[in-house]
Amino acid sequence: MAKYLIKRIIYLVITLFIIASLTFFLMKFLPGSPFQNEEKLTEDQRVILDEKYGLDKPIPVQYANYMMNVVKGDLGVSFQFDNQPVTKLLKNRMGPSLQLGFQAMFIGTIIGILLGVLAAMFQNTWIDYGSTFLAVLGKSIPSFVFAALLQYVIGVKLGWLPVASWNGFASSIMPTIALAIFPIATAARFMRTELIEVFSSDYITLAKAKGNSRMEVSFKHAIRNGLIPLVTVLGPMAVGLMTGSMVVEKIFAIPGIGEQFVKSIMTNDFPIIMGTTIFFAFLLTVIILIVDILYGIIDPRIRLQGGDKS
Amino acid sequence: MMNVPEKIEKHRFDPAPKDHSDLEKIEKPQLSFGKDAWLRVRKNKAAIVSAVLLLLIVVMAIIGPSLSKFDPYAQNVAHGNLPPRVPVLEDIGIFDGSQKIGGVETNKYEELGIEEYYWFGTDSLGRDLFSRVWVGTRVSLYIALLAAVIDMVIGVVYGLISGFKGGRVDNVMQRILEVISGIPNLIVVILMLLILKPGIMSITIALVITGWIGMARVVRGQVLKLRNQEYILASRTLGASNFRLLFKHLLPNLSGVIIINTMFTIPSAIFFEAFLSFIGIGLQAPEASLGTLIEDGYKTFQFLPHLMVIPCIVICIILIACNLMGDGLRDAFDPKMRD
Repeated sequence: MAKYLIKRIIYLVITLFIIASLTFFLMKFLPGSPFQNEEKLTEDQRVILDEKYGLDKPIPVQYANYMMNVVKGDLGVSFQFDNQPVTKLLKNRMGPSLQLGFQAMFIGTIIGILLGVLAAMFQNTWIDYGSTFLAVLGKSIPSFVFAALLQYVIGVKLGWLPVASWNGFASSIMPTIALAIFPIATAARFMRTELIEVFSSDYITLAKAKGNSRMEVSFKHAIRNGLIPLVTVLGPMAVGLMTGSMVVEKIFAIPGIGEQFVKSIMTNDFPIIMGTTIFFAFLLTVIILIVDILYGIIDPRIRLQGGDKS
Repeated sequence: MMNVPEKIEKHRFDPAPKDHSDLEKIEKPQLSFGKDAWLRVRKNKAAIVSAVLLLLIVVMAIIGPSLSKFDPYAQNVAHGNLPPRVPVLEDIGIFDGSQKIGGVETNKYEELGIEEYYWFGTDSLGRDLFSRVWVGTRVSLYIALLAAVIDMVIGVVYGLISGFKGGRVDNVMQRILEVISGIPNLIVVILMLLILKPGIMSITIALVITGWIGMARVVRGQVLKLRNQEYILASRTLGASNFRLLFKHLLPNLSGVIIINTMFTIPSAIFFEAFLSFIGIGLQAPEASLGTLIEDGYKTFQFLPHLMVIPCIVICIILIACNLMGDGLRDAFDPKMRD
């Protein structure tokens, strides 16, 4: 276990190092200057700005400086957002994103598990077909298409919920639903296949033979075991949520990290793009690592080893 | 309860064939791999319906733009922002070119005296949405197919070499893979698109950079499973070269997983293209793809919902159909699912 953990953490560091370097060098090749959106600048002003942000130094020096700062947790200063440090900007923006992410994850997995359990318990009935169909819809329809349609129907046509704002719980309902369809679909599909396999295993037959009711067998024996592997899809789910959050935050005008990221791409705000990229990458790799470790702890049947697991 | 003795037909009492070669004879024609899969897929109604739908959309993407007499790029500002109007349906009262603006029902076609029929309406610059949607579908499908094919080639070659060579080569190749796969693909795609000039090629390249990893993994796993089987050993004993082993013996046995994987790459490529266009770093202005159409439509969707809804429907149909077909094919090819 310890060996496996060390190995994984080494990979994590290498991956993050590569991402940080890649981000830096790609940004250097980027066409356009971060000051192009400002009012017309004279050549002198531009030189002063370049100097201020260290853009006049040779690239290797900039790179070394940047990497040193990243390790210290300093992601630079934004060009566009009032010269604020990127770390601070990210911190300010984290609240809404995290809230939406957790709400979507929570609601999504619960509904997904329910749908999957129902589908597996009533296999090959209309309940099963309905839930499978929903899962395919959720997996196929891009979150931004769903979010935009939701906004149009519920927000504009019916006027039930605020169209695009961020104050209070009511404004978080629609974005949460839009983000949750992906976890719902993933969890439902996964639970169904998993449970169908569990239902045909010997210990379920034994439980039935002992005279337990169908409900008792399902809830006490089958679902408990079926839930364990669900942990493995939490990683891909987090990736999906992150992808979704960018567009969903843009659509519903939520002051979150995703919205800021999209905005900074438009304005060539290098430090924010780099910082957010590294932040996202860090978050995801850590989540995936935690998920893998959790899985090993929860499920005693899986033994984590130092060797290949692919 | 009465037991009626079952009548046994006479021919069942024929003596068993004595000759050894008769026993070995295969009675029914052998099922080829493709035929076997087809027999299975045929049973899956959803997959068949999806295949038909996809075919329809592909056909429309090819001939659609020429069905309408309007050029997809020609601007006609006088005919801007028109709602859909279809010849026969307008008599029933739907798609007659009327729209509600501020609660008042108006018909722009009548007001402006426009005789033409724009089947899907027009955008703010007066471009015909019908031809634009199909041109956009064409571009989206083209990007997806191109990305899927390149992914497939790179992934299969990488997986074959890694799995077949084994040992140190495999070890190094797997480590590289592990590091690359640790990078979230969304981030790579966005970063790539920021430095490449926006266009069909750059989107494809950006998609390919991380897209082949899944394929490489699956292929390697299969190769590891297959390469120690007896038939490979037999062929090797008979003096087959590595090249022959790889392409004559391994590749055909991998075709199932390769097809399934590709079937799932296509929708994800379409999704990513649309996603990138939606956040504004995909294809640029006059160029049309489903993503840019949705993005354009989104800007005015409160007043002109058709501009967004129609491309949304097309993209949803493509994605749902691809996923259903992928599921169907997976069930058909997966040896574990064999009944």
